[in-house]
This record gives sequence, C-alpha cells and structure tokens, in this order.
Amino acid sequence: MRCAGVVALNTFREAVRDRVLYNLVFFALLMMAAAILVGQISIGIEEIVIVSLGLSAISVIGLLIAIFIGVGLVYKEMDKRTLYALLAKPVRRWEFLLGKFGGLVLTLAVNTAAMSAGLFLVIWYVKHTLAREDSAVLVAVYFILLKLALVVALAMLFSCFTTPLLSILFTAGLYISGLFVQEMRTFHSLTPKPVLEAITRWLSYLLPNFQNFDVMGSAVHGRAIPAALILENTIYTVVYCAIVLLTAAAVFSRRNLK
Amino acid sequence: MAIETENLTKDYPFGFLNLKTKRSLEGLSMQVETGEIFGFLGPNGAGKSTTIKLLVGLIFPTSGGAHILGKPISDIEMHQNIGYLPEQPYFYDYLTAAELLDYFARIHNLTAADRRDRIARMLKKVGLETAGKIQLRKYSKGMLQRVGLAQAILHDPQVVILDEPMSGLDPIGRREVRDIILELKREGRTVMFSTHVLSDAEMLCDRVGVIVGGKLRGVGAPDEIVEMKAQGMEILFEYTGSGASAIALLSKATRAGNRYRLQVAEEELYGALEQLRSAEAKILSVTQLKPTLEEYFMHLVDGSRAQAAAVEVSGK
Repeated sequence: MRCAGVVALNTFREAVRDRVLYNLVFFALLMMAAAILVGQISIGIEEIVIVSLGLSAISVIGLLIAIFIGVGLVYKEMDKRTLYALLAKPVRRWEFLLGKFGGLVLTLAVNTAAMSAGLFLVIWYVKHTLAREDSAVLVAVYFILLKLALVVALAMLFSCFTTPLLSILFTAGLYISGLFVQEMRTFHSLTPKPVLEAITRWLSYLLPNFQNFDVMGSAVHGRAIPAALILENTIYTVVYCAIVLLTAAAVFSRRNLK
Repeated sequence: MAIETENLTKDYPFGFLNLKTKRSLEGLSMQVETGEIFGFLGPNGAGKSTTIKLLVGLIFPTSGGAHILGKPISDIEMHQNIGYLPEQPYFYDYLTAAELLDYFARIHNLTAADRRDRIARMLKKVGLETAGKIQLRKYSKGMLQRVGLAQAILHDPQVVILDEPMSGLDPIGRREVRDIILELKREGRTVMFSTHVLSDAEMLCDRVGVIVGGKLRGVGAPDEIVEMKAQGMEILFEYTGSGASAIALLSKATRAGNRYRLQVAEEELYGALEQLRSAEAKILSVTQLKPTLEEYFMHLVDGSRAQAAAVEVSGK
C-alpha cells in the first residue's frame, strides 16, 4: 500500500510537469469573461448562468483530463517501458495500478478544487455575498469528482489491455451509455419483447450510472441536496471503482511485458 | 546458490487470436553461484532477455520455475534483494536523475537521510554527480544507461541482474561499468549480465552460459569451455627499412602504417624473430593465438543454425 502512495505522488508530479494544470488558465479566463458579460445579458439570473457555466466547465475539463490521461496511465508505461525497472522492485502490480489511479484522481481533485475556488470567487463577485444555499454547488462539484474517479477507473481498465485510441472509444462509449441508465430501466414500456427488455434492464444495472451524479438543477437553484444521495453516490463510486480496479488488476497481473 | 532455474520454458503466443505459439526459451536449467560474475551470452533473439525478464517477474514462465536466493521468483519479497537494469533503459523523462533515484529509494522504503546519502554516492559512482539535477529527457543514451545502473544498485541488492549493461556506452563508460561490476563482486554480490560483446564476458566473468535458439548450449569458466591449445603466434613489429631478408616475411604480414602483424606457427617463431632482428625490425609484441570465446560462440551459433536448417529441410 505504501508503494501505491509513492506511485500516486509520482503520477501527480508527472501531470503537473506535463502542464495538465494549465487548463486552469483557460477556466479562469472563461469565468472572468462570464462574470463581466453576465451582468449585461442576463438580468436577474446572473447566478444561474454563472453556476451552470462553471459546473459544466468543471465537468467537461475534468472529463477530458480523466479520459485522455487515464487511457495512457498503464499503456504509456508499457509502451515506453518505464515500468520495467519499477516492477522489478518490491511493487505488486495491483499496487502500481492503485498508485496510478490515485495519482490521477489526486490531480483531478486539485484541479477541481482550484476551479471550484474560482467559481465561488465569481459567484461572490456577482452577488457580493455567499449564502448557505451555495453549498449545493459544493455538493455538485463533489459529485463531479466522484464521476471523474469512475471515468479514470474505466479508462485505466482499458489501458491495461488495449491501445489508447480504443480505450478512448470504450471509455467515452461507456460514459455516454451511463447517462441513459434510467431510460434503459423504463425501456420495457416501449418494447413488447421480454428478451430485449431483460437485456436493457440488466445492462442498466451493469453500466455505471452517471445520471446519479447530475445535480446541476438543484445546484443552480440553490436547492438542498439530500444527505442520503451524497452517501449513496459515495458508496456507489467506491464499490464500482473497486470492482473495476480489481478487474484491471486481474488483467494486468497476468500480462507479459515483452 | 544465488540463482537457480529449473526447466524454465517460455512460449509467446502470436498470430490471429494468439492461437499459435513460438518457443522463446526451452527447458533452461542452470545455476549461478553466490558471489560470482556470470555472463549470459547469445546472439540477438537467443532468449537472454526472456530469461532475465522471467527472473525479475516481468513475464511469466509457461512451465518450469526459478529461485533467487532460495525464494521463488513469484515471491515479491525476493525483489528486495535484486537489482535490475533493463535493456536500453528508459525512465520518466520529466524527472531528474536524483528525483528518479529518490522515487526508487522510496519504493524500497529507505529513510530520507539514507536516500540523500545513497543518491549522492550512486550518482558519483556512475559519473553523473554533475548531471543529477538535469531532467532525463536531456540525457544521452549512455547517460540513461548509467542512471539505469545506479537505480539497479541503489538499495544494495545481493543479486544484480543487468541486461546488456555496456550497450550504448563509449569506451570510457564501458570501462567504468566493468569497474562497477568488479567492485560489486568484491563486495560479495552476485552479478549476472547478458551481453553479446564477448570480450567483456572474457574479461569479467567467473563463468559464462551460452544460449542459442532458446537453449542453453554450454556453461563454464571462459577458459574452460574453449580449447586451450595454442593455434599459433602473432608478432607485432615496426619496420621502416628495406632489408632483403625480411621481404619474404613482409609479404605474409598485414600492414598498418609502419606496423606489421605477422602470424606464424609456434615452431617457426624463433626463425621469424631471427629474420626480423637481422632486418633491424623493431619487435613490439609476441602473442600466443588461442581460440577465443568468440570462436566457441560462433561455433555454437553455426551449429544451431545448421541444425535448424536440417530440421526445416526434413520438415519440407
């Protein structure tokens, strides 16, 4: 476990040195532009526009990082053979995977935290105050981070056995499918075929449910998000990530590094 | 026993759906004694790197097994006591050499003070003390090889396994690596290294193993496994005159500037020396010609290719 921590910190350092956090500059510019323009074009709904735009930017930027870096986490190390010297040391393969996963999630957490700070700064600039209802924005940010952790786990699983291009396609495909899980569960009302209905029902439980993490509506209107949902989403993410990481470890621990 | 392999075999799948297999290593059984320098020789594709990767756990055997310091290679604890230099090593290029060594030292759970001390010592040992703070993306191939060597011995391992350690090094670098290997032996460590540079093996190894076509063809001390009988004598001399008595010999010699290299049978040596002396040639050296490890090695490689060709013909 200690080795996983060492690998995680190095993965974080790699992201920082590869200038991944430079996206924050883009986010800052976007939010500054929004803060200046919003007062002129949206009378009375400044906060709604700012929160919607901010949360969407945090989510999209995070997803791009999670997918594009996640798919290279293991593949790049195998391709460049940088992990040969490492795996000859007392590091178990699952520790390496856990470290890579932890490192990218840490990077995303720092990135998301910085963007959230920027978002709150702009909300304060627009409203000249921060209210208790704004805590819903914080929960929405937390849910985005949970979603990103799940995406990283999936991207890393594919990274263990296929090329980055295919991994991007698989991860993006799963992410998009995961946005329609509720529709799959109500699919029986649309089809008379019991087999198709059973398949979509099973798929809806197997696929990662990314709809659970979408609380944008509550966040922009300052509605409180139930504590039960926070707990449920946290447990769901931990369990789903654990299953995906165990699968990745099972695949990677049998892999010959030619 | 430092390293022991038993019938170690590795097949690689290939083709559509990986349904076919190619045998890369076949029934390798050998031992490397504690404290010796063992050279693993073979041409490209012979199975040297496959064997080493099996030993350090990068690939898994199809059948057979191996032990290092009495522990099976599947035991993660075994890795505490081994050092490994990959062939043509490549490391995280965003790190400096000192940061990379610190990273590996942390993996070995060394204390902060110990890490600082060892990193400084290792960088000095491999001749990179002034380049420790430069990012590895700016390193040459030879410098990466030195960093690789430093990380392999950073944690004082009992067994050091080096895959082509001289590859990519200039003559000075090769000399330094040879010195490091000899120093490791003096410290009581076991060193196993693969190479296809036979002079390195002859110079350093207590014993060598020759592998060709995935099969071990011979193991022993370099001077044991080759025939020791002299095959002739070589005279190196300088000659600037035009003495008639030396002309006959000059026609048999190979020339480089004023220097000549002449090979004669052992019984003809004194006669040749007398002729050269009377022609006022300056004798620089006289060397006994013995079959080298290289000749032994080539003999095995040729034998293996002939055997493979025979199998192919009979198969057809």
